[in-house]
Amino acid sequence: MLQIPMNTDPDFAMAGGRLAERDLLIEVDDLRTHFFGGAGSIRAVDGVSFSIPRGKTVCVVGESGSGKSITGRSILNQVPRGGRIVSGAIRYRPDPAAPAIDLASLDPRGRDMRAIRGAQIGLISQEPMAALSPVHTIGNQMMEVIRLHLKMGKKEAREHAIETLALVGIPRPAERMDSYAFQFSGGMRQRVCIALALACRPKLLIADEPTTALDVTTQANILDLLGSLQAEFGLSVLFVTHDLGVVAEIADEVVVMYVGRVVEAGDVDTIFHAPAHPYTKALLQSVPRMHGQPTERLAIIEGMVPSRFARPQGCSFHPRCKQARAGLCDQRDPQSVGIGDGHVVSCLLYEGGQ
Amino acid sequence: MAVSQTPRSPLLELKDLRMHFPIRKGAFRHVVGHVKAVDGVSLRVEDGETLGIVGESGCGKSTLARTVLRIYQPTSGEIRYRDRSGGTVDLAALSGPALDEIHRDLRMVFQDPQSSLNPRLPVIDIIGEVLSVNGIVKGRELEHRVADLMLSVGLRPEYMRRYPHAFSGGERQRIGIARALASNPRLVIADEAVSALDVSVQAQTINLLQDLQEQFGLTYLFVAHDLSVVRHISDNIAVMYVGRVVEKAPTELIFSRPLHPYTEALLSAVPIADPRLRRHGTRIRLAGEVADPAHPPPGCPFHPRCRYATELCRQELPVLRTITADGHAAACHHAESLSLNPFADRTVPEFN
Ligand SMILES: Nc1ncnc2c1ncn2[C@@H]1O[C@H](COP(=O)(O)OP(=O)(O)OP(=O)(O)O)[C@@H](O)[C@H]1O
Ligand SMILES: Nc1ncnc2c1ncn2[C@@H]1O[C@H](COP(=O)(O)OP(=O)(O)OP(=O)(O)O)[C@@H](O)[C@H]1O
Ligand code: SF4
Ligand code: SF4
Ligand SMILES: [Mg+2]
Ligand SMILES: [Mg+2]
Repeated sequence: MLQIPMNTDPDFAMAGGRLAERDLLIEVDDLRTHFFGGAGSIRAVDGVSFSIPRGKTVCVVGESGSGKSITGRSILNQVPRGGRIVSGAIRYRPDPAAPAIDLASLDPRGRDMRAIRGAQIGLISQEPMAALSPVHTIGNQMMEVIRLHLKMGKKEAREHAIETLALVGIPRPAERMDSYAFQFSGGMRQRVCIALALACRPKLLIADEPTTALDVTTQANILDLLGSLQAEFGLSVLFVTHDLGVVAEIADEVVVMYVGRVVEAGDVDTIFHAPAHPYTKALLQSVPRMHGQPTERLAIIEGMVPSRFARPQGCSFHPRCKQARAGLCDQRDPQSVGIGDGHVVSCLLYEGGQ
Repeated sequence: MAVSQTPRSPLLELKDLRMHFPIRKGAFRHVVGHVKAVDGVSLRVEDGETLGIVGESGCGKSTLARTVLRIYQPTSGEIRYRDRSGGTVDLAALSGPALDEIHRDLRMVFQDPQSSLNPRLPVIDIIGEVLSVNGIVKGRELEHRVADLMLSVGLRPEYMRRYPHAFSGGERQRIGIARALASNPRLVIADEAVSALDVSVQAQTINLLQDLQEQFGLTYLFVAHDLSVVRHISDNIAVMYVGRVVEKAPTELIFSRPLHPYTEALLSAVPIADPRLRRHGTRIRLAGEVADPAHPPPGCPFHPRCRYATELCRQELPVLRTITADGHAAACHHAESLSLNPFADRTVPEFN
């Protein structure tokens, strides 16, 4: 279900009734976002399809550099310099009754996109310091966003900003309006970023490793906070993380990425307890165990992520895959196949009647 | 590395270390108070040991790390370091060239790779910086050293002429680790060094850090919030709360027999990679925020959030003291009488 079959897919019509029932806020369809530079192009996102149901949390996991952040940035239509969306669609359906808007087809700097970005789709980034201005107070940054998108006057915007800071658990919010980012600790800074992202009460929050730099008690509080905001506003969350513990706690659905592609997607229980893709299985095994003796060495996935300039032929994972079949995996490019309710995998072992 | 059998001073010993930041206000920038980010920390770190440091956001872990490295001038206290000649120096009292020399021995991997890597330098210059000062290593040799370091942290040497922005967050963190290792340090302070890495690279990096430790007799101060990582890598763990160490013990004891209520809460907040367990939440939610280090509460700084607090706790500051003979220390008035939940109480069926 997470993977969105093309209209050309015969299964689409068959599953149509069921798929249509899913109230999807975002459908990413065969998205490709590439970077163009001196050394050649980097296919950071290379044919990614998945969807985000309204009011649900979808977690994206995967190797460093697999394109998780760029997927999130593509949904915001704010790809870093040197890169752009080259093909695919990002169907955004703020109103379930109205036709979808294809974000990928909007001009990144145009008015329509700017009205959506920051207002309807908020971002909390991996590095909170980078998202906050060092020279403007938190209050001014919040008020700027609010006044721009919600067309509020100064006084009203200020009240709205204070209210939002209180909502995310900043103590003495009125006082803290005059503080600068560096005056907050890591956890508080991330709350400020959440406040900034939520200032306009968006429909989708893209959270890119928002708790990575936080300790567990603060993380637990932030995850609780996101959960309650989700319940309150019906917020959908796209949560990028490498912490499988966090995924297990908050995800409704999980998307596993490898070198710019989705290799497996499904609901959280399936991914954790019946993973199908060899990469997902290996990933789950490399988590340090909290129980039993800490082992001398962690299980690792041998080898390195392939170079973005020289993607291996066949399945990208084959040089590192323990189940790879010579003559098959190094030749053919796996397609995604549905192997269960909402469970999609992209591995040749599952192709052909499986 | 030859290990001497004679008892000797630890590699690093902090004695009542304090780092207070002045709070200034008004046109004349008068000092109106102090943020007591590190407030009387005493710790011993032995050769080849990994000391994990955990604690809530803002409790002073990074400040402690930066003070040890003398990025900050400590307010008071000592940072006793045993140098290569075997003599002990107080880093708190050093300055100028003597400090620069020490900075080759003590290296840091930072929390935030975005702001700690110079965006205008290619990776070769970032990693090789410490090697090329004074032109010690240059040209081909520098390239080879950098290539070697990149490989050892799992980066492709052919990327050495690229700039940091062209790498993902995890890749940038590995650049930071390679940079820290470049000068053959003795003590590496890793401030959330593996937090930004995804699981499989994290596993590789942890294994790498452990290999390097064995190979070069490295000592680690390992600041991290991920307790499963800290548990895996640390010999001992120090738990900090508002500028102080509130519990210190060999790793297994922290998990199997916590003696400080804050540690108990911390253990209960660890997310576990099993979605079935989320419905079995036995989590202790800490109410309120971490105490403000500019105005720590009187008595035990944890008392406003502690479910075991008594009148004594509101009055008197508990000091870190050894509670049991196996080297378990805690700063809690009631450490002997409380029976706190160990981590193992949340049992997990292993997935496969
Ligand atoms: N500004 C850029 N210019 C060129 N290439 C880039 C740029 N940003 C990212 N890339 C490349 O795009 C790919 C995907 O990067 P992305 O940041 O999405 O990875 P990620 O999955 O978020 O990784 P991480 O877990 O380390 O954050 C990487 O190979 C990266 O090197
Ligand atoms: N340069 C500074 N000037 C003033 N206050 C500071 C400075 N650096 C840190 N602080 C304050 O000192 C306290 C400790 O901060 P520190 O960054 O050491 O915490 P931390 O334990 O590393 O937190 P995190 O887990 O969020 O990284 C915080 O209250 C912080 O606001
Ligand atoms: S297609 Fe082959 S190489 Fe790729 S994951 Fe499946 S088994 Fe492994
Ligand atoms: S001293 Fe009192 S308030 Fe502090 S941790 Fe112990 S029981 Fe709790
Ligand atoms: Mg990323
Ligand atoms: Mg820190």
